[in-house]
Amino acid sequence: MIEAILNYEFLQNAFISGLIIGVIAPLLGVFIVVRRMSLIADALSHVTLAGIAGSLYLSQSFSALILLNPIYLGIVAAVSGSILIERLRRLYKHYEELAIPIIMSAGIGLTAIFVSLASGFNTDLMSYLFGSVSAVSRQDLWVVVSIAIVVIIFIFLFFKEMFVLAFDEEYAHASGLPAKWIHFLFMLVVALVIAASMRIVGILLVSSLITLPVAASMRIAKGFKQTIIYSILFGEAAVIIGLISAYYLNLAPGGTIVVTSIIILLIVILVKKLLLKTNAKERGAVK
Amino acid sequence: MSQTLIDMKNVSFQYEYTQVLKNISLKVEEGDFLAILGPNGSGKSTLLKLLLGLLKPMTGEVQLFGQTNETFHNREWIGYVSQKSNAFNSGFPATVEEVVKSGLTKKIGLFKRMPKDVNSKVIAALSSVGMEQFLTRNIGQLSGGQQQRVFIARALISDPKVLILDEPTVGIDHENVQSFYDMLAKLNEEQNKTIILVTHDVDTVSNRISHVACLNQTIHFHGFKKEFDTISQTQLDNWYGHSVRKIH
Repeated sequence: MIEAILNYEFLQNAFISGLIIGVIAPLLGVFIVVRRMSLIADALSHVTLAGIAGSLYLSQSFSALILLNPIYLGIVAAVSGSILIERLRRLYKHYEELAIPIIMSAGIGLTAIFVSLASGFNTDLMSYLFGSVSAVSRQDLWVVVSIAIVVIIFIFLFFKEMFVLAFDEEYAHASGLPAKWIHFLFMLVVALVIAASMRIVGILLVSSLITLPVAASMRIAKGFKQTIIYSILFGEAAVIIGLISAYYLNLAPGGTIVVTSIIILLIVILVKKLLLKTNAKERGAVK
Repeated sequence: MSQTLIDMKNVSFQYEYTQVLKNISLKVEEGDFLAILGPNGSGKSTLLKLLLGLLKPMTGEVQLFGQTNETFHNREWIGYVSQKSNAFNSGFPATVEEVVKSGLTKKIGLFKRMPKDVNSKVIAALSSVGMEQFLTRNIGQLSGGQQQRVFIARALISDPKVLILDEPTVGIDHENVQSFYDMLAKLNEEQNKTIILVTHDVDTVSNRISHVACLNQTIHFHGFKKEFDTISQTQLDNWYGHSVRKIH
């Protein structure tokens, strides 16, 4: 495997971007999950798909655009989607979750239109839906690297404010933090991470790499920083195991990564249960 | 002479067509331990938001430390403790230490890191509320009363001059309410914190409090606790329409 990675550029691209996404998706995922925004990630990924489908359609119909990398329009779609979701959430103050189905269906609807306009793009679109080991280009890799830098800078600069905002939004406002602005930047960064992740895990499974490692981590971590560390460890484990098995078994990496994450989650839940039981027994024995 | 920290002058506020607060004038002096008594719908949340500068009065003026709300920028002088029950989800993965530390966020400012002596500050804040032994616990594992104390420590860590608490005794067992007030009184006396708390429950208004204000859209009474105790039930009924009962 290592030899293959050294020899083939496409494998290098896939592995390096996979490793990067394994860090940034769960890192942001912790904030997304504790703020109860997991479904927003899902909605944004469907909007991103509309951007990708639109871009594929454009490059099919206009020969000048044939070299346009769909990731760019995907990013544009994700960012506009995140702004629209915020707008809708403010419009429907008492039904904030309504923004999610509205944006999600808009994304799928537009995708369906672009796909039928283009009379199907088969394999290309499939690789965007479920990820691909072979389709990651050098250009994609550079996009992922740039997005990762933005994410890391964002978290580094706003970590303490993001914590307050996640833990207690009312308090964040009351203590005079620029909560609105930070939240807005956060939504933009989430959109970027979704666009970055889709090449490897696929649009339909992006949100799982954002949420599943966090779900596992929250079972065992003590405190917030530990939750972040375990989430990243689980995310990386899922990406590495998932990509290797996808390569050898010739499967879509989105599938293998997500199934690995689910196995990790199940193991964590079971181990935690067993530990609690033995603890309870020991306490019983002491009595 | 003690300084006037909060001065509301003829403040009114309405949401769309409902008048919530009418001609509120309220002065809070340094060192006061004030309970604002108001049932649901009396406008107490709105009053708190005006005090915190989250809302602007339609008429009248709110002065904080002698400055208007617009010119007042030392927001860290006011420590706010939100009503525990609706503030956070109890499954949040954070330790007591992390929560208390987060109280420094505004004071430190954007783009700056926590100072080196932050740990001793955390311990000091937790010991003033008697919670230092819970430092490494997850916040969700604590009882309602213990969480409330941690939130007070989060406010105390930035060394505010005024503490504002929204319904602090909600979610605390009845037998622990007294020791909770003892703790607040100690902060008031020993650390010279001015304390304002808002409550709907006249029973929890303890003898440790120095002043009481009766709020129902307007301020019906504001004076010493001793004077409040002489107010008859009939008078309270006039102000609150039977929703506030004194039990003796």
